[in-house]
Amino acid sequence: MTETIFFYIFALLTLGGAVLTVTRKSAVYSAVSLIVSLVGVAGLFLLQQAEFLFAVQIILYIGGVMVLFLFVIMLVNLDEAAKQRQWNRQWWLALACLLGAGALIVYFLSQGAGAFRIASPALGGAPPSAAPGNTERLADTLFSDYLLPFEIASVLLLVAVVGSVFLAKKKV
Amino acid sequence: MHPITTAHYLVLSAILLVIGTLGVLTRRNIVIILMSIELILNAVNINLIAFARHLGQVSGQIFAIFVIVVAVGEAAVGLGILIALFRNKETVQADEIDLLKW
Repeated sequence: MTETIFFYIFALLTLGGAVLTVTRKSAVYSAVSLIVSLVGVAGLFLLQQAEFLFAVQIILYIGGVMVLFLFVIMLVNLDEAAKQRQWNRQWWLALACLLGAGALIVYFLSQGAGAFRIASPALGGAPPSAAPGNTERLADTLFSDYLLPFEIASVLLLVAVVGSVFLAKKKV
Repeated sequence: MHPITTAHYLVLSAILLVIGTLGVLTRRNIVIILMSIELILNAVNINLIAFARHLGQVSGQIFAIFVIVVAVGEAAVGLGILIALFRNKETVQADEIDLLKW
């Protein structure tokens, strides 16, 4: 019962923020709406018992990425862009394609629960670890089964940091 | 009030994906296009976490962590490119950057 109410609250935050992000003229309003949307997604993570990802979403997305976005919005002069035409010339084509996708979603919704028969759990795979909390279980899996992807991700982040500093520098 | 199932999360993430794609395809401002890409990646994360809970495993959450890592790298590099572009061309409109267009 409580979960249902919270799900709809967070879904409203997520989708409302997303719609405002896409439609606002000013990039600052868009960024603030995106923060609302990301808070909604973080709440959905919490409802799905992914506490670690909830914290990551708040700290990294809202505290890190969005601050980066706002910094760039302040650095780049967007006043001129806000006065110009906001939508590109292919907008009707994109809208037509996405109306098709939306019709597909509505179709599946109208089919009711039968359209969402998802394979039941316990199909083998790794046995769930015995660790008590979500963070401990994540750490157990991340540092045993997914150690190589983890290291590759660190290299990717290093490349991204060096690359973005190099790109944003005035003179090499 | 009926209970929330995995299907609810799937529908929510599909709608979020459609909104994000609409933003990427129709907006001219590059900053807002980058924000729409973040929306798309968040839709993917909702999906991954819904299935992680449905199947009772944490692998989906680990995939979501990797998606977040890639999203952060993409945002950093994208905004770096945006600053370099603005310094050279004085514009942030995606369809005005057509040097390679014949």
